[in-house]
Amino acid sequence: MTIPEKMESGTATLSRREALIRLLRAAGLGAGAAGLGVWLSQRSSHPQEAIASSVKRGHSIAPNPALPEMAVVEGDDPAQLARQAVEELGGMNRFVSRGDVVLVKPNIGWDRTPEQAANTNPSVVAEMVRQCLQSGAKRVLVTDVSCNEARRCFQRSGIAAAAQAAGAEVILPDPSRFKEVDLNGEVLTTWQVFDAFLNVDKIINLPIAKHHALTGTTLGMKNWYGILGGSRNQLHQKIHESLVDLADFMRPTLTVVDCYRVLLRNGPTGGNLEDVLLKKTLVVSTDPVAVDAYVAKSIWNLDASSLPYLGMAARRGLGTMEFEKLRIRIKTI
Amino acid sequence: MRFLKPTRLRLYSQIFFFALFLLLLLRTEFRGSLTSSGQEIRLPYPVGLFFRLDPLVAASNALASHALYKGLLVSLIILIPTLFFGRFFCGWICPLGSIHHFFGSLKSERKRGKQWVDSNRYKRWQNTKYYLMAAVVVAAALGSGIVGWLDPFSFLVRSIGLSILPGTNYGLQAFLRLLEQSPWGMVQGIGAALHFLLGALVLNFKQPYFRQGVWLGALFVFIIGLNFRITRFWCRAICPLGALLGLISRWSVLGLVKDSAKCNDCNRCLLRCQGGDDPIGGVAWHQPECHLCLNCVGECPEHALQFKLFPAQQTEGANLQRRKLLTGLATGAAVVPLMRSTPGFAAERDERLLRPPGSVDEGFFLARCIRCGECMKVCPNNALQPALSQAGLEGLWTPILVPRIGYCETSCVLCSQVCPTGAIWEITAKEKGWSVDVGSARKPIRLGTAFYDRGRCLPWAMATDCIVCEEWCPTSPKAIYFRPAEVFDADGNPKQVKQPYLDAAKCVGCGACEKACPVQDRPAVYVTSVGESRSRSNQILLNRTKG
Repeated sequence: MTIPEKMESGTATLSRREALIRLLRAAGLGAGAAGLGVWLSQRSSHPQEAIASSVKRGHSIAPNPALPEMAVVEGDDPAQLARQAVEELGGMNRFVSRGDVVLVKPNIGWDRTPEQAANTNPSVVAEMVRQCLQSGAKRVLVTDVSCNEARRCFQRSGIAAAAQAAGAEVILPDPSRFKEVDLNGEVLTTWQVFDAFLNVDKIINLPIAKHHALTGTTLGMKNWYGILGGSRNQLHQKIHESLVDLADFMRPTLTVVDCYRVLLRNGPTGGNLEDVLLKKTLVVSTDPVAVDAYVAKSIWNLDASSLPYLGMAARRGLGTMEFEKLRIRIKTI
Repeated sequence: MRFLKPTRLRLYSQIFFFALFLLLLLRTEFRGSLTSSGQEIRLPYPVGLFFRLDPLVAASNALASHALYKGLLVSLIILIPTLFFGRFFCGWICPLGSIHHFFGSLKSERKRGKQWVDSNRYKRWQNTKYYLMAAVVVAAALGSGIVGWLDPFSFLVRSIGLSILPGTNYGLQAFLRLLEQSPWGMVQGIGAALHFLLGALVLNFKQPYFRQGVWLGALFVFIIGLNFRITRFWCRAICPLGALLGLISRWSVLGLVKDSAKCNDCNRCLLRCQGGDDPIGGVAWHQPECHLCLNCVGECPEHALQFKLFPAQQTEGANLQRRKLLTGLATGAAVVPLMRSTPGFAAERDERLLRPPGSVDEGFFLARCIRCGECMKVCPNNALQPALSQAGLEGLWTPILVPRIGYCETSCVLCSQVCPTGAIWEITAKEKGWSVDVGSARKPIRLGTAFYDRGRCLPWAMATDCIVCEEWCPTSPKAIYFRPAEVFDADGNPKQVKQPYLDAAKCVGCGACEKACPVQDRPAVYVTSVGESRSRSNQILLNRTKG
């Protein structure tokens, strides 16, 4: 902008044309401001976070009366156990169809090594990934929302490397990928859920059997804490109700409880190798309630009555806690 | 041969070392690997490289600890050539110097014509840096690492690492979110591609937060802004490292030779002079101020200026005023006893003075720590924060663990790996003893002890089940235990809950319980420094044996 050397003396006046343009400009701005103001004031409402709605629920498959509903396999090689256990239930082709997007959900909660048995056995995770891919899955995702620092958990548990090598997409729980979701539960209404768990075709729950002070043991249903963000440390206040709500929301295709190494004391974090029992067993079932009831009974000798969430889940129609009534195949390799 | 002109070579060198510095700073972070299952996690790069090159840090460390922490011997690579050739480090290598060089070259209202030329003449106040250096060196000899308040790398890492980069991350994430949530598919695609690219380069996995971040950044911007008045004010007047290098370059064999017969007093050599060392004809050249940027040689239209080995011409030394030098020495000598005559760690410890794992006892710590912020930058849980008053005035910007922001990760020892001075002594996960070889005879490192606030604890005060603290407690056996208790709810109905207790003999003070406590604002379980294994006096238990 050039500044005139001397201001014009007061005698000069605006031309009519210039005056009109100025008036129109001012009037236009005024009208615009008024319009914007009225529009914005009509939009005013109490601020609220958006809630994701399009969520696929229920990943279970149709029952097959000819095949067993639960398999318990014992042996030395964890990968072979995983293979055999699924075989007993009719093979992975029964659970995964060609083109499926499958999510495998191990427990990668803690910054611990495989020997310390705080996370799922990496060989079992890798073998499940391989089987899904062999059955024609389009993508196999492996993820968890860790308690400890996620990148350390994924690395030191050995799960990320093993799953990646087997062909899975390993997904870190990126804090920007959590969505507020309506869980439709009795105590859990809306909650932050990691979006990798939403909109997949099949979900395989792959927890490790561990001791837990509040519930006695942490198994398959407790593994669903790992889909949540937000203040999940508040869930302990109604632990049984929230477990059932989560299980109702997730409804996995298959549950595989890793009992290869079992953390008997000081769970769920562990750390001391003296607390680890080498059980060399895998328990697989299509019934998420029965499998928890079975492992609780067989390892900790806990009856279903001492784990109230099992009865609540059964009443909600998520499965049966009377595992004795299921078709169970028990095998030792 | 324009690309091989000496000033061009200097520019390439500056760009290279600045890029290297930035890269190392960005990689002062555990980024994780999906392909490696390595159990002992260490950073693959020598991220503290620039501190190891810093003779001032080495001198301070040597004076304060009567020894030299591993790696600091590398600073001889800078020290010895400086003895022979002068402050080439300031002009060719120092990344902070390069930042100042860049901003000092920008056009400024305050630097025009005669004012510009005058601003680059040698000024007596440039000696301030020598007096400051004298003060911090004496402070180091008296056992205080406050040199880090002014050391250029400490200043740079603290400002960029704890303020500029976290702010950049926040801005970029917000921008990417805007793109990715746009209603147009193409914009979303661009956003996703950018996210991938930036994620591999600069973005943090989790947004880092640092206390005092705003002030650390504002101070940095202010110091940079001074360049618009006086080119490289920091380097000329404040930088104690520049002062040290200037002093020891007194007997340098490389010097500026002015051919006064050719000089026609055009003053062009002053226009882009970095050090303010008077390359003009008719006056003596101030050797200790020169950064060897070579701009004057390149600018001189008469080719009257040349750098030569074994110059015959007389040069001006630092020319310190004895009285001011004594003032500087006295300041350093007085400030340490003054800062230590307040209660501080000797008499009244701040209960929240939790130091990183591996830290040496507080007296040694304050002597060695150069307040650089490397440990805070690297902490994967964002748990380490710059202290404000917790460690006294002397401890300003030293690291403290703030469990509510982040706890100390069980197997992590990265802060001890990056600490350049041994304030956090380098340890292994095994020596830390929280995750590897648990239950062996070795005593674990303890940062403090957890305490319960039963008035806020759910099972104690509100008849509600919880014990998340027990779930998270990483020791084995757990330091947090519980007893079933019969309590009454608001309607008077009896109810069984599990009430937590703490076994101080087993607690390592990691702060996981405090972080995990669902009482979101002031937690019902919190860690204080008492029981920290580095201190002999800050203890509770008469005989705190192995857990």
